[in-house]
Amino acid sequence: MTVTFHIPEALRRHAGGDSTLEIECAPATAGDALEALFERCPALRDRVLDETGAVRPHVNVFVGDECVRFTGGLATPMRQAREIFVIPAVSGGACEPRPAPR
Amino acid sequence: MPARAATRTRRTPRRRSAGALLLVGTAKGAFVFRSAAARKDWQVTGPALKGDAVYAMAFDGRAGRRRILAGASSSHFGAVVRSSDDLGRHFDDPAEANVKFPAASGLALRQVWQLLPGGDDEPDVVWAGVDPACLFVSRDAGRTFLPVGGLLEHPHRPRWTPGFGGLCLHTILPHPTDRRRMLVAISAAGVYRTDDGGASWRASNQGIRAEFLPDRHPEFGQCVHKVVQHPARPERYFLQNHWGLYRSDDGGASWADVARGVPSDFGFAMAAHPDDPDTVYIVPIESDAFRCTPGGKLRVYRTSDAGRSWRPLARGLPQRGAYETVLRDALATDRLSPAGVYFGTRSGKLYASRDDGDSWRLVADGLPPILCVKAATLPA
Repeated sequence: MTVTFHIPEALRRHAGGDSTLEIECAPATAGDALEALFERCPALRDRVLDETGAVRPHVNVFVGDECVRFTGGLATPMRQAREIFVIPAVSGGACEPRPAPR
Repeated sequence: MPARAATRTRRTPRRRSAGALLLVGTAKGAFVFRSAAARKDWQVTGPALKGDAVYAMAFDGRAGRRRILAGASSSHFGAVVRSSDDLGRHFDDPAEANVKFPAASGLALRQVWQLLPGGDDEPDVVWAGVDPACLFVSRDAGRTFLPVGGLLEHPHRPRWTPGFGGLCLHTILPHPTDRRRMLVAISAAGVYRTDDGGASWRASNQGIRAEFLPDRHPEFGQCVHKVVQHPARPERYFLQNHWGLYRSDDGGASWADVARGVPSDFGFAMAAHPDDPDTVYIVPIESDAFRCTPGGKLRVYRTSDAGRSWRPLARGLPQRGAYETVLRDALATDRLSPAGVYFGTRSGKLYASRDDGDSWRLVADGLPPILCVKAATLPA
């Protein structure tokens, strides 16, 4: 199947300048889908995930219109979803360092 | 005039320089100020790294380089060390994060707090201090970094606790002649020293108090804010604590209070004079609850007698309604003579002195909150 990835403006220079990428893959989970994205665009990995493999605290990943923070994280099943959105969270951008949301 | 003489610093002949650089890291990017060696007029480049918090900057003039290093933290996309070889006009953007904890540690980088090029005899070494507290080293001039295992796996780590700014390793002081020795400081864990090139580290906080713990003199856990050292007298250190101002004359083994004549012994910033090992600068802050300059007076304090006395430096600085904060890395001295002394405020003001701190001038206003100020001289 084809999964469409929506890339935020701040990361497009690491994705060939495109706002969307269509990748042929058969991901079972959101994490599988991101792996397909990182294979195409390796520089996105460290910007979306930290070195423990967790989604960065102020980046949100949506499967369809569901944020994976509330649906099982990277283990969220893709089911029939064909779209992944990577979107900077509104909680980012503060001047002060702040603890990661739990 | 004995009173005046007490404030004077020892001076060396004017050093030759093609110019002075001020590297200013802010909450929203980096600025580079450049001046001739006279340091009268400054031209600014920036902001670079727009939107990123830049807590650490350094100039690397070794091996023919003119490289600026910056610890840039995107609140969204993480922290990375970026470098510029054209004095701050353009920075590289590494595809892969170049400061990463090993997966087995379970730790994730939050912030790069300190960058320090190694000595001239190790021209590709760059040290990095980070949050969560750890020391990293680069052996390719800042392209990639690896953690120093002795601190990463330190048995005290589970009991280190973060301060308001995080659990940061913010001070890195290699011994100037013995590469096996180094002192680092962590907030809030305190001072740690190694004598074996980083394989093992011991807490070294004897005499430093921890106002916020039932035991005010624990082995570790102190909230040390900054430590400075003069290369000509490497066994002596000065330390600005979260309450407390200290000096060590035995390589950091023990610390004695030297807070005589300051309006508050709370503060963050501290800088050493380039020539005189007895001269140190600080900016006292009223308290941890009110982190502003006491009485609305913006004053740098200078000791010229190794902490036996401190005198305010106020000429050219606002003395009414100036409720400012100067963070731990936002005060710096250059290597010229007389010394340039510089500081930036959280309100975005950058001040400079080119006469050892005797008088000050506002260089820039309206910058984003200033997180670090580093001074460098370009080789003649």
